[in-house]
Amino acid sequence: MSAPQATSATPTAYARGLFDMVQRHRVAAVLLFLLVFPLLMPYHALAVNILIFGLFAVGFNLLFGYTGLLSFGHAAFLGVGSYLTGIAMVHFGWHWLLALGLGVVSASLAGVLIGYLAIRTRGIYFSMVTLALAQIVYYAFYKAERWTGGENGLRGIQVPAIEVGPWTLDFLNPVTKYYVIYVFVAAALWFVSRLLASPFGAVIEAVRENEQRAAACGYDVARSKLLVFVISAALCGLAGGLRALHLSVVPIDSLHYLQSGQAVMMCLLGGMGTFFGPFVGAAVFLTLEDVVTTLTRYWMGVVGAVFMFFVLFFPAGIWGTLVQRVQRAVQAR
Amino acid sequence: MEITPSLLALQLVTGIALGAIYALLAVGLSLIFGMLTVVNFAHGAFFMVGAFVGLYFLGLTGNFWFSLVLTPLVVGAIGLVTERFLVRPLYGRGIDYPLLLTFGLSWVLIEAMRLAFGVEGLPSSTPPELRGAVDLGIGYFPKYRLFLIFATAVVVIALWLFLEKTRYGLIVRAGSRDGDICRVLGIDIARVWLVVFGIGCAIAGLSGVLAAPTRAVNPEMGVHVLAESFVVTVVGGMGSLMGAVVAGLLVGIVFAMTSLFAPELAELSIFVLMAVVLLIRPQGLFGKAGLMG
Repeated sequence: MSAPQATSATPTAYARGLFDMVQRHRVAAVLLFLLVFPLLMPYHALAVNILIFGLFAVGFNLLFGYTGLLSFGHAAFLGVGSYLTGIAMVHFGWHWLLALGLGVVSASLAGVLIGYLAIRTRGIYFSMVTLALAQIVYYAFYKAERWTGGENGLRGIQVPAIEVGPWTLDFLNPVTKYYVIYVFVAAALWFVSRLLASPFGAVIEAVRENEQRAAACGYDVARSKLLVFVISAALCGLAGGLRALHLSVVPIDSLHYLQSGQAVMMCLLGGMGTFFGPFVGAAVFLTLEDVVTTLTRYWMGVVGAVFMFFVLFFPAGIWGTLVQRVQRAVQAR
Repeated sequence: MEITPSLLALQLVTGIALGAIYALLAVGLSLIFGMLTVVNFAHGAFFMVGAFVGLYFLGLTGNFWFSLVLTPLVVGAIGLVTERFLVRPLYGRGIDYPLLLTFGLSWVLIEAMRLAFGVEGLPSSTPPELRGAVDLGIGYFPKYRLFLIFATAVVVIALWLFLEKTRYGLIVRAGSRDGDICRVLGIDIARVWLVVFGIGCAIAGLSGVLAAPTRAVNPEMGVHVLAESFVVTVVGGMGSLMGAVVAGLLVGIVFAMTSLFAPELAELSIFVLMAVVLLIRPQGLFGKAGLMG
């Protein structure tokens, strides 16, 4: 911990010290922020959405930001997580926690299948192939109307109350709902942070920087890619399952590749390959959508234009650019 | 329903007509990729813009042939502007960036068409000269779909002649091999890229006009088309003109045949085809092995 030195206790030095602290204790910092986050938002449904899509973007970022693989098929995992959680509850009357587990496991299995095919390709092909393979899932769920509700989506997922030991929490209350989902997101973030700090985290970043070199160092590149693909799918599946509990319906659009595109946009807007970026991106994207929708119904155009602006001028995203600036300031000293 | 040989043959021609549109789309994608190593995620959106602009010109002039010529020029011009001001700044920054940018562009284009023509889309109709059906010996077949096959053949042959037999085509081919050497030889490679991107988008626009009478014209029509043209490109092998045409027809035929035998699996079938090709030949039917590693 580098507390600002007494000799240079200027506001900038203090800010820098705070920034260092945030960087070092990334999980604690995110969790602390998310803990007070609902108090800052105009209404809680948006906060819950940002929490869920932040997790979706975190899962995606693991693959795109840290491993350098641009998947356009992550909606498949979000959607499978949502649908399987929902189907287990609606058709089989499972307990929500068990159903959520099924959602995550199913998304991981989908990750194994899609990942196995997709990692046979490289670069741009990877994006095209993941997109097309995810569309298989979309059409399959679209056609399996008996189980999924087809075009209308799956309805009737109900979690009125959650029992934790002797207490019963009212899940219909948005604030309670936020903090219940928060617990799962916190666990997932802790896991991601540990993963990135582990030797495996170093290997996937090595794959991103130079695949041949990583292979020459003796790492099994294909296996590492597949493993990170599956972990990423599982995280997105968890986000999907939580979303099903939150919305109590599963819209068919959650499987569509435009949904995958949203993960891409959130990740880039926030800052790919950074720990905070996905949440910043999810917050910006969803708030933008929320605000623009009240002004005009053509929100897609505005969001698309903002996204293009970032790709052209701020490819490091909001958080990533901030990090770069601070680092440059430190070096300049 | 009884499956007769003539029914099968008719369905085969239907598949070829459908595949013709796929082939055109994939040719445009492949051309741009082969030259610029850019995957145009706005390709479906350019297709959709082509359909709208085509209907607009049709309404304005009442002449299908006029709009058939004018629309690719307009869409091609949008493509030129896109390359010059949006894609060009991204060269040298990693292959993902143009892809991300064109994805954002596709959202903007969809919204622009909603603003211009409304969210409901436009009704489209077959031009009067091409209505009705012709007897092919195996049964009657819609005249317009035969025209689709014919038009695609003309475009593909023209493109092939341009690339293989003209001086500019030679420069394009050389540029796709090694842009740096071309630059050393005094060729303005940036302008070649600009032109190629424009041609690719113009072909997407043309396929939009051609496809308009056979499907619903709405701002979202390009969304699924993009995924389908990716399937075609992956099956055929990226950067191969021949691959794009063959795979386009193959995908069209597979779709048509599946819709005959198992209609509910039709959309799925082409994606499964792609998965099978990936398993057996990851670089696609006509792709070079090195391209995909």
